[in-house]
Amino acid sequence: MDCVLAPDNILHDTLLFRVIYEWVGQLLPCGLSYAVAGIAIMLLLVNGVLLGAGGFSWLERRLIGRFQNRVGPNRWGPFGALQPMADLFKLLFKEDLVPRGADRIVFTIVPVAMMAPVVLMMAVVPFAKDTALANLNVGVLYVLAVTSITSIAIFMAGWASDNRYALFGASRGVAVLISYEVPVVMSLLGVVLVAGSMALDDIVSAQTVPFLLVQPMAFFVFLAGTSAELNRTPFDLAEAESEIIAGYHIEYSGVKFALIQATEFGAVLTSSAVMVTLFLSGWSGPFSDYLGWAWFLLKIGVLAFIFSWVRATFPRLRIDQLLAFAWKFLLPLSIINLFATALEVYFLRNDAGMLTTNDLWLMAGINFGVAFACLLTFGTLIQDKVRPAKSLTAASLSSPEVG
Amino acid sequence: MAVQQLGVVELAEKVGGALPESLAPDRPDDGALWVNAPKIADVAAFLRSDAGLDFNFLSSISAVDYISHFDVVYHLTSFSKRHTALMKTRLDGRYELALPTVYHLWRGADFQEREIWDLMGIRFEGHPNLKRIMLWEGFDGHPLRKDYL
Amino acid sequence: MSIRTEPMTVNIGPQHPSTHGVFRLRVTFDGEEIIEVEPIFGYLHRGTEKLAEERNYTQIVTLTDRLDYVSSMINNQAYCLAVEQLMGLEVPQRAKYLRTLTAELQRVASHLMGIGFFLQDLGTLGTPLMYAFRSREKILDLFEMLCGARITLSYSRPGGVFFDAPEDFWPALDQFLADFHSEFQELEQLVLENEIVMVRTRGVSLLPLDVAINGSVSGPTLRASGLGWDWRKMAPYDAYDRMEFDVPVATGGDNYDRFWVRIQEIHQSIRIVRQCIQQIEPGPTRADVPLVLRPEPGAEAYGRVEASKGELGFYLVSDGGISPYRCKIRSPSLMNLTVIEHLLVGWRLADMIVTLGSLDINLGEVDR
Repeated sequence: MDCVLAPDNILHDTLLFRVIYEWVGQLLPCGLSYAVAGIAIMLLLVNGVLLGAGGFSWLERRLIGRFQNRVGPNRWGPFGALQPMADLFKLLFKEDLVPRGADRIVFTIVPVAMMAPVVLMMAVVPFAKDTALANLNVGVLYVLAVTSITSIAIFMAGWASDNRYALFGASRGVAVLISYEVPVVMSLLGVVLVAGSMALDDIVSAQTVPFLLVQPMAFFVFLAGTSAELNRTPFDLAEAESEIIAGYHIEYSGVKFALIQATEFGAVLTSSAVMVTLFLSGWSGPFSDYLGWAWFLLKIGVLAFIFSWVRATFPRLRIDQLLAFAWKFLLPLSIINLFATALEVYFLRNDAGMLTTNDLWLMAGINFGVAFACLLTFGTLIQDKVRPAKSLTAASLSSPEVG
Repeated sequence: MAVQQLGVVELAEKVGGALPESLAPDRPDDGALWVNAPKIADVAAFLRSDAGLDFNFLSSISAVDYISHFDVVYHLTSFSKRHTALMKTRLDGRYELALPTVYHLWRGADFQEREIWDLMGIRFEGHPNLKRIMLWEGFDGHPLRKDYL
Repeated sequence: MSIRTEPMTVNIGPQHPSTHGVFRLRVTFDGEEIIEVEPIFGYLHRGTEKLAEERNYTQIVTLTDRLDYVSSMINNQAYCLAVEQLMGLEVPQRAKYLRTLTAELQRVASHLMGIGFFLQDLGTLGTPLMYAFRSREKILDLFEMLCGARITLSYSRPGGVFFDAPEDFWPALDQFLADFHSEFQELEQLVLENEIVMVRTRGVSLLPLDVAINGSVSGPTLRASGLGWDWRKMAPYDAYDRMEFDVPVATGGDNYDRFWVRIQEIHQSIRIVRQCIQQIEPGPTRADVPLVLRPEPGAEAYGRVEASKGELGFYLVSDGGISPYRCKIRSPSLMNLTVIEHLLVGWRLADMIVTLGSLDINLGEVDR
């Protein structure tokens, strides 16, 4: 039973799938091994993301501990590395409560609906040469489409929980997600323009110069937008602990809560992975192509560290300020970036419609200039908002001198 | 210049001149301005508005249960004139006690009058929201009274 | 298209991470905007005033620890001043200095906690709080050297202080002051000019001076509204008449100003502590007072201090017995809550939490 994947099969380019399929195909009928290989890939993906989430939760707690002059988890395992397991088992044995007024079915679907986009997003990301689980030619579009599932999950959670804090969290979360979707998409258009493709594999190979340098403004907008979509400070309004306690997931406990938590940590990793692919030239790095996964992990680690750092440092914005930030600051920036990039690509590309490495360096120079000018202008414009003039005139008493 | 406590003689002269019949006679000489209970809000309004006194800050209101009667003590401060004063009034009996509120003069009286109602059982006529504050609605009795054990 | 909306009433507290204790606000929201607010408290009411009527004058010191439990040193001091006024006691110089010194350390600790939780309410993940607690912890260590306790101190006693400071207290205090400078600078650099802190707190929840005075607001909250009224200056007690310090005043009356005033007061308190170290001289630390105090019948006293939250007063009435006939506590936290409706209505949910943090109330003191 030697099964061989036909070259026109949609999964033919997916190296990992093909290997598993052909290996299992020596033992099982072809139809069955097709399914087995698919399930194996899915298990790998889901467990990989969850394991990564666990690992990142430990890393972040250690890091934030350091930022705060604390130790962080250090009891179980070397440097407390088994802490995520302890957390998981604790949460597994907790009672799984559903509030009386809750919509049971929707309430139960939510953790899965939240988990799904995080796992699915990872499917198209190439984490080493030829290793994307599905090399879609509309990869960027797919990532954007899949991430917007989250807003539905958040709204379902808020609506089904029958809790007013959850409702606050959900309405905030949805408002944030919808607003930030716009600048994020706009910023990615610039990347797609330069790369000339929507497939993530092609975007990686187009990055002879990392797009972080070619598209600095797009990277900034994407980073800010992703922080907002990930619900991390300074944009963690949907679950603002000091205000609405836990926001949309206030009523979740036990294994459901564990899933939601894992989603949050996993989302940071997958978003970092997407960002690495789009802006930091993905898995490519010096030395051998076979070290691609190591470069990939290293770059994810750097971005995850930045996310943790920001989280440990900044206070939270207010909802109106957050939305204003998206619409009045990030969106104009991304539009300017898109126009600048479009003009550059129009004038610089050769007859085949391609950009050479020298062109990319030139674009990097121009775009850094544009970014600097934009940030300076906008910074001056919003300065009055940050430090408003006082508007208090009600003092009625002659203040006695002191001293 | 440090804050001085205003002499009661001077204070009584001013108040007595402006609001006759408002001061209680023959009360102990303890440095306090003794006021007839029904007139307390009028005297407070005078102390608050008189340019020379200008008691714009109500430090505290306390009630003391003497079994046969209750004393209500007002500690007043003037930020502009830098002086303080002590105003007292006496309520005889133990039941159906009532005083005019000073809520409208000093918003700071809000919680303190509610607290006195809650714990001492003295009503403040005209207080817009005279509910129990420390204890819950429906609590039986006023625990700071001497006969509450 | 018109969307039908209706107001939503939410109970913020008594179980809520940002109400600073068991405090409840019944808030009616229109969207996120506050249209009505009603503070509800009493969950921590222990009847301290009633309990005080059953204990003798020295025992009551321990009750005062439990009022504003993050600044018990100042509570002890206020109560002892009232008793000394009632009895006509003269306190030895060294005790006065020790009281002043410990009160200022306590003020630093209390303000650090106020600032830390204020920033926590702003949504920081606890980093500034931890920075603040690092220094507060050292102050508590110093207190432990003085009296063996860290929170419920009972260090001041009528007529002086419980015990003279041990020999190794003074080097430890010097070490603390040396470390504190850089530690506090770190905290200031992290938050004082932070753009997000600015944009979240400037111009938010304004408290005009006339409203503040009318509402019996005192302490840093009053000074942030533009009046430099500080009882340490206006009616100096203990050793404050020999101290040189400024009273920080802000004019805006917004959340940022309340926060800023506390930060500046910490600097001033450290200044006072340094002066105390220089000026303190050996001597007795407690007047010769009997164990059981019996003031004159009918005597009464109102002892007040500038506590970390505002004017803290004890109104004591004696009937000649061994315990006060009446012990009324004028608590600054309760009085500062008077203006809460004025501060909150019209602002948003997120501002509400921050404003509550900027008032720096302590529920042990509100409910007593």
